[in-house]
Amino acid sequence: MLKYLIRRVSATILVLTLVSMSVFLIFAVLPMDPAALTCGKACSPAVIEGNRHRLGLDVPVQVQYGRFVKGLFVGRDYGDGAAAFHCPAPAFGYSFNRHECVTQLVGEAFPVTLSLAIGAFILWISVGVGLGILAARKKNEWQDRLATAFVLVGTSLPTFISGILILIFVALKFGLVNPIEMGRWVSPYDDPVGWFKTFIFPWITLALLYAATYTRFTRSNVIETSSEDYIRTARAKGLSEQDILRKHTLRAALAPIITLAGLDFAGLLGGAIITEGIFNLPGLGRLSIRAVLRDYDLPTILATTILAASFVVIANLLVDIAYAYLDPRVRVG
Amino acid sequence: MTTKPFLEVKNLNVAFPTEDGVVQASNDISFTVARGETLAVVGESGSGKSVTSLAVMGLHNRKRTNISGQAFLNLDSGPVDVISADEEVVRKLRGKAMSMIFQDPMSALHPYYSIGNQLIEAWSLYNEGDKQAGKKRAIEMLDLVGIPDAAKRVDEYPHQFSGGMRQRVMIAMALINNPSLLIADEPTTALDVTVQSQILQLMRDMQKEFNMALILITHDLGVVAEVADRVNVMYAGKIVESGSAEDIYYRPDHPYSIGLLNSIPKIGELDSKRLIAIPGQPPSLISLPQGCSFRARCSFADRVPNNLCATAAPALDNKSSEHFSRCHLSEAELVKARKEIGGN
Repeated sequence: MLKYLIRRVSATILVLTLVSMSVFLIFAVLPMDPAALTCGKACSPAVIEGNRHRLGLDVPVQVQYGRFVKGLFVGRDYGDGAAAFHCPAPAFGYSFNRHECVTQLVGEAFPVTLSLAIGAFILWISVGVGLGILAARKKNEWQDRLATAFVLVGTSLPTFISGILILIFVALKFGLVNPIEMGRWVSPYDDPVGWFKTFIFPWITLALLYAATYTRFTRSNVIETSSEDYIRTARAKGLSEQDILRKHTLRAALAPIITLAGLDFAGLLGGAIITEGIFNLPGLGRLSIRAVLRDYDLPTILATTILAASFVVIANLLVDIAYAYLDPRVRVG
Repeated sequence: MTTKPFLEVKNLNVAFPTEDGVVQASNDISFTVARGETLAVVGESGSGKSVTSLAVMGLHNRKRTNISGQAFLNLDSGPVDVISADEEVVRKLRGKAMSMIFQDPMSALHPYYSIGNQLIEAWSLYNEGDKQAGKKRAIEMLDLVGIPDAAKRVDEYPHQFSGGMRQRVMIAMALINNPSLLIADEPTTALDVTVQSQILQLMRDMQKEFNMALILITHDLGVVAEVADRVNVMYAGKIVESGSAEDIYYRPDHPYSIGLLNSIPKIGELDSKRLIAIPGQPPSLISLPQGCSFRARCSFADRVPNNLCATAAPALDNKSSEHFSRCHLSEAELVKARKEIGGN
């Protein structure tokens, strides 16, 4: 098990290095000059060159990457003299549009995205898995048909439709949210009720889509597992139907769902661009979309991309470890 | 034997309604098995061997199966008809009064739980006591069925066992609560030949040890000759012949049994002949032909007067007190038939 862990962790570090390198390289070859973007339209070449030096963009790309990695661990200084400033570790760069260290921006946006992801995750797992089990147990009965209808609606409605519908016809119509307050981050420690009110509709929007997929997946997994020989063995032993479901069917049927859930959750941590956009939530998704569409803020894009990739890669590792714990065949083999 | 046989099946019918029609998988099945007795059920795939025993175990989904008839377990507390009894009552007989092992030991054990865990689970259903007591009993059982180093292997998982070892584990699990009836559904089919005979020997030993009634479902007539006291030959959902192993081997009274015996290769015969196969396929169980279901494949149907095979289904007639068969052929024609297709 230890050998397996060491192998997996080193593979993860390698993947993260490669991901950051490729992202870095992509931005290096883009036909945009980040230094030119630092000042307005009528900018003198001297100012651009000055900024280029201050941002460390005047050295070859491999040196830039080296400085970037170093900055992640020890922090980074930009500029010199009176204009010098310092971004503490882990420094992802300096946003020349927002005039802030990127880490600072990410740090402000991440709690929003985390709140969104956790709440939606809890909602969709309980609804999706619960409904999936129910549908499988009541196969071809009305509960199953209801679940099928839910799956159909949930998977066919994109979040940019369901989100807007929920926002306009539920949240705003009944005055359940204050549109002015929604763009502000409310910590659950300071104001749990306000936090809940801010996030409940985004949660529902996101969960609707995922819960539908999970219902379908759980249903088919439970049905498939129910016809396994070892379930017949469990029945022949004299176990009750509840025990068969709880101990035998679900153990095998839900293991693959853990893989899916881990990766989906990690994907969301990178930012739910559409949902955050609709509900005006200042999370990572909105941070990246602004950086891409409005500001051409390369350091921020770099940071959010690498972060999103890291979440997925790390979740992959955690899911594999969890799976090895769940399935003894993986553990030994 | 003066006491009642442990299992008495009377006029059991099992049918599955499907979109194409009702599949009559078991048709008017009656038989008995006593403690200490081995009944072999033989027949080709789809002849209703497994369906019948699953009905006795109460393992058919009652909503999707039409079952009629009776199957009494003569327990110490009195007889229970497992067909009409409440599902919960039948469940509490499973694993305790009757157990079953299956064809494919590779898939019959839960891959996520250790062997010990699965044995203890079966034990703790019917025994008071903590996990330690259960584990002790599990090791005892594994030892009994010949798992070497049982105390260590009890914590291992199914994928760490070979097929033969897994079938031993299945037997240990089926017997852990000392059942009076064991149904073995083709227990050796998925195993290689040397392991097959070990498993058969083990089941015979266990039968003696626990004084069980044993129903052995198989299509291997070699297995039957080795272990069976009595034999039911099944064809298209019906018992076509029933008798002692000697009766079936030396005096088969149904052309299907005669055909089955002739399709076994005989080792040691000097002039190697081609095997004699029974021509054709069994009929569809949705619309059984009128008359005898074996008629279309039977080479002797034309020797029965008045075209009787095509019009009347033969009843299960006594040939002797313990030997029955469903055939219209006269005794004299049968003797001729046995000789003709190279039988005994």
